[in-house]
Amino acid sequence: MPGFSKSEFTDTTRIHAGRRVLHRFHVDLPLLLGLIVLVAVGLLVLYSASEQDAGLVSKQLIRLGIAFTVMFAVAQISPDTLRYWSPWLFGVGLIMLIAVLVLGEVGKGAQRWLNLGFFTFQPSELMKLALPMLLAWYLSEAILPPKFKHIMVAVVMMLIPIYMVAKQPDLGTSLLLASSGIFVLFLAGLRWLYIIISMLMLIPTSLLLWFYGMHDYQRSRVLTFINPDSDLRGSGYHINQSSIAIGSGGTYGKGWLNGTQSHLDFLPERKTDFIFPVFSEEFGLIGAIILLTIYAAIVARGLVIAAQAQDTFTRLLAGSITLTFFIYVFINIGMVSGLLPVVGIPLPLVSYGGTSMVTLLAGFGILMSIQTHRKLIAS
Amino acid sequence: MTEQVHKPSSRFRIGIVLVLVLTVPLALIVRAFDLHVTNKTFLQEQGDARALRSIPVAAHRGMIVDRHGEPLAVSTPVDSIWAQPQQYKATTRQLYNLAKLLDLKPQQIKKLIASKKQEGKEFVYLKRRINPSLAQKVIELEIPGLSIQREYRRYYPTGEVAAHVVGFTNVDDVGQEGIELAYDQWLKGTDGSQLVMKDRLGRVVKPVDLIKSPHAGKDLVLSIDRRLQYLTYRELKRAVFEHKAKSGSAVILDVKTGEILAMVNQPAFNPNNRADLQSYRYRNRVVTDTFEPGSTVKPFTVAAALESGKFKLSTVIDTSPGYMRVGKSVIRDIKNYGRMTLASVIEKSSNVGASKIALTIDPNNLVKVHQRIGFGDVTQSGLPGEVMGSLHQPRIWRDIERATLSYGYGLSVTTLQLARSYLVLASDGMLKPLSIELQTGHVEGESVISAKHTKQIREMLKGVVAQGGTGTKAAVPGFHVAGKTGTVKKVGKHGYSDDKYVSTFVGMVPADNPRLVMAITIHEPRGEHYYGGAVAAPVFSSVMVGALRLLDISPDKLPKKPATFAMLGGAQ
Repeated sequence: MPGFSKSEFTDTTRIHAGRRVLHRFHVDLPLLLGLIVLVAVGLLVLYSASEQDAGLVSKQLIRLGIAFTVMFAVAQISPDTLRYWSPWLFGVGLIMLIAVLVLGEVGKGAQRWLNLGFFTFQPSELMKLALPMLLAWYLSEAILPPKFKHIMVAVVMMLIPIYMVAKQPDLGTSLLLASSGIFVLFLAGLRWLYIIISMLMLIPTSLLLWFYGMHDYQRSRVLTFINPDSDLRGSGYHINQSSIAIGSGGTYGKGWLNGTQSHLDFLPERKTDFIFPVFSEEFGLIGAIILLTIYAAIVARGLVIAAQAQDTFTRLLAGSITLTFFIYVFINIGMVSGLLPVVGIPLPLVSYGGTSMVTLLAGFGILMSIQTHRKLIAS
Repeated sequence: MTEQVHKPSSRFRIGIVLVLVLTVPLALIVRAFDLHVTNKTFLQEQGDARALRSIPVAAHRGMIVDRHGEPLAVSTPVDSIWAQPQQYKATTRQLYNLAKLLDLKPQQIKKLIASKKQEGKEFVYLKRRINPSLAQKVIELEIPGLSIQREYRRYYPTGEVAAHVVGFTNVDDVGQEGIELAYDQWLKGTDGSQLVMKDRLGRVVKPVDLIKSPHAGKDLVLSIDRRLQYLTYRELKRAVFEHKAKSGSAVILDVKTGEILAMVNQPAFNPNNRADLQSYRYRNRVVTDTFEPGSTVKPFTVAAALESGKFKLSTVIDTSPGYMRVGKSVIRDIKNYGRMTLASVIEKSSNVGASKIALTIDPNNLVKVHQRIGFGDVTQSGLPGEVMGSLHQPRIWRDIERATLSYGYGLSVTTLQLARSYLVLASDGMLKPLSIELQTGHVEGESVISAKHTKQIREMLKGVVAQGGTGTKAAVPGFHVAGKTGTVKKVGKHGYSDDKYVSTFVGMVPADNPRLVMAITIHEPRGEHYYGGAVAAPVFSSVMVGALRLLDISPDKLPKKPATFAMLGGAQ
């Protein structure tokens, strides 16, 4: 293995003096910058979507503060520690999911919340990190590409929390859990044969789901997606209003705080899942492209971190976290613009809401940890 | 190391993922482009279709004022509260507060909205025409689906006094009766419309654009003099009350212009509060009710006599023995007046004398006189509901028809027509169109009776009010009055009834150069008096005493004694 010459090392240190300080505190600057820009844009949109409710925006700001603190804290934990705790974390998450199904709080027709006395908590959020960690831990211990036996074990590990979350019912989160698991498997070098087989299996699986596994409201969402104009006042209302809001922004948008569809209460859930139409109406196509670019930059940085990761666990984990974040964005924007059926997934770091934000930033904390705990001299 | 072996593979996969990461946003951007640019216009229209609504802006209705600008009908802004049953949603507390503000029961509101909701209605008034400040409080409750609509409420400062002339509007501000109806187009103006932005619950968020500004209606100046109107109202009401009459009408005309200065009916109504009102009170009887004019048309019988050339002022008619047999009927006077001149026929109101005149002249000529003075024709006053009355002209006249026509049976007129016919006598034979609108300057008429004859008749009519006449109670101190009483039996189910009368008086003042004509009709007085001279004539007197003073008309009958200082002062 080639070593560093001493002079090279000092030059780098001088040039990147500031960066080194950040490095010591395990902060990845590009990722941090991307996140800060995104969060700033998010607060602007939220201010508009909430009818200029400064109170609500400051609440979000506090949550962001907490979430960023969690991110910095997680970044301090070394990947080795993370790997060590992965199965335990998964175990705790699983117990909590069971608890939710048994004695959880009911909100909006779904049982997702666990009341811990001083605050309510959504165990499925914990699972979003615990599942890819577990899978990355399990597969990194095995020989890659994984053998059929390992794949089967991994699939079972995935299916248990996915099923429990879907049961709550929370289709969006279970979808995210599934994709985070699939990404780990994919990145672990799953053989193309298996990939093709599982894709083919998707067809009968989805049929089974359609007839036995789905709730009526979920079925109507899919039907609405296939034919959005079929029920404009009912299940098609969300997506129709959303398209109108996005499209009426035009190329340059109506200007900040000047949206009509979003402000006149025509647009449902505009502070949470449907915040992108608010942004799009006010900032137009240009704004949408800029926002997507910010997301793309964050995802790109995540992938770079994954690519530079030095062991299988960190690589798989970083890749999965990044791609799940990406899927998050894709599903949300895809759904509000009518490309995908409606599933309740917020626009990450822009939508109003607490738990998912903490999870997301904890995930970025893991990315930063992976990036900044690299051993300079490979073993 | 196993990891190193498979690293390239992972890297390759990350490459695939990178491609994915770059293409998927591209797909999103393409979709965004599709919505933002390609479908922009359609989607913007759709957006506007959801948020923009055109709502009417009520126009201010024109004022109705009297000839001196005193208001008779004014519009004040009020607000109506309405709900969209589908969107309405109130908490128990909101409902309680709403009910309290609107002075309704909470259950009442709940039921009303629930029933309309079931019918699929999108609009229901909760309460109309409330004080704007109260409406503001309702809006501050912030109940979804509740809105406010600006309207104008009509207010009639003179209340009952001018109720029949002015009429009233309905709750939608559309004229229903009287001037409000007749001049609705003039008064109402045109509603504007306004584009507003409404939210999903239908609440107006902000006005966007005034598409059409409302044009306020035009004001209308009536010929009515509020002071005279009030005077007439007071005296007529007193007379109707005093004589326990069923109804009464009175009208004052300006001789020079044909303007209606006052027009009053009893029973009347309060146009500001029509909560439980019977329709018989609405009628403007001055123009809608006809009656047989009776003795009040005798001056025109005399006019026809003078025109025929068969009678002169000095012609003597023998009316003894106070009755005469015509066919199977007997025509009677109150007593045997003996030999009479034309003047004393009028003065004493002799039916026998009038009949003898009528049997001498061509009855068709008498009908022609009636036509010329405006009987059986509209008065052109422009008041709604006006009827023309009727004239009867048989091919072959029976004597009894000729005789009764001479003293006012066998034709019907309205009080306004009767007043107008006396306006002909007052204006030297000119028939003038009547007007309820203010006229400026002299109004020309059409000469229908010669000036010489009308002067002679006026002289005779002075005798009616003078000592020994039937209308002495119409006398006005300081003025010569010319007028005629009438007492007509009403037609009941079985012919002329013996206890139902119409008592009338028509007169003008000052007699030699008349300025005002007034007709009073009182139906079915049930007191001890029923003669026109006793029931209607006093109304003329008491109204004219005030009216002449108000209009500053100089007396023409001053006492012969030299004027004292006090009298001069009083005349000023």
